[in-house]
Amino acid sequence: MKVTLNGESVQLPEHITFVSDVLKHYNIHEKIVVVEVNGKILSRLEHENTRLADNDRIEIVHFVGGG
Amino acid sequence: MLKIGPYSFQSRLLLGTGKYPNYEIQKNAVEISEAEILTFAVRRMNIFEPSQPNFLELLEPSKYTLLPNTAGAKTAEEAVRIAKLAKASGLCDMIKVEVIGCDKTLLPDPVETLKATEELVKEGFIVLPYTSDDVVLARKLQELGCHAIMPGASPIGSGQGIINPVNLSFIIEQAEVPVIVDAGIGSPADAALAMELGADGVLLNTAVAAAKDPVKMAKAMKLAIEAGRLGFEAGRMKKKRYATASSPKEGMITG
Repeated sequence: MKVTLNGESVQLPEHITFVSDVLKHYNIHEKIVVVEVNGKILSRLEHENTRLADNDRIEIVHFVGGG
Repeated sequence: MLKIGPYSFQSRLLLGTGKYPNYEIQKNAVEISEAEILTFAVRRMNIFEPSQPNFLELLEPSKYTLLPNTAGAKTAEEAVRIAKLAKASGLCDMIKVEVIGCDKTLLPDPVETLKATEELVKEGFIVLPYTSDDVVLARKLQELGCHAIMPGASPIGSGQGIINPVNLSFIIEQAEVPVIVDAGIGSPADAALAMELGADGVLLNTAVAAAKDPVKMAKAMKLAIEAGRLGFEAGRMKKKRYATASSPKEGMITG
């Protein structure tokens, strides 16, 4: 499946179905992240049951140092 | 005690988490500052390099209240989106509304700041807008239901200190919610002055992060804010044009 991930076009492996699979794929499932898919912000619980599709726009954000 | 919305804090120092030389210095600075509220920015994660450490992961989460900012937003809509992303972490419901209207001065866009504040209050956030030191704007933000007002002392990261103490004191006198002086503080003297003017707290970042010794400066800021607050509560003496002797005039052994 081809998606836009944090602004970059990415080909995801075939086994990926849910948002949680993406997080595991990039080994960030234990980090504090927030995911938005096609402009919809997901709660942590929704990572498990939000299915991805071709051309989805995924944003994965986190907290960084700032004032 | 600093009360913001439903929360209470012992410390009146709010500390930013950007631009420290390294995480070890930063952690020590945060600890010695005794700050309970830490600000963060929300950014895209570099997922292609997931091993990068994150400062938040190094902290004891129960010890701190996170105050994410909406830095990077130029419109109310963008600020609201960033605020919602931050809240979806499940870690916080406070938000520092920061809508920049000018890249060179980093001064806030007052119109977009008002709009974002209104929307976020309606959405149930605890809202702390970063604003210029405009008295009327501060009042309007308060009327919208924000939980604290955060006027800048001088431009962000400039370290110029308090440029307009008169405006700040007008804001403080009129406010019914806490006033936290945010941005531009450069030295402990600046922080103490803000507190002596009657501010409820000070938010600073670069003054500590860019000091030669950030850990020592974090402690200096903590002490300055405590001293300034005590001075405000004690009520300073009136200024006089001429000297008044402290020693008695009676019983002089000379003349």
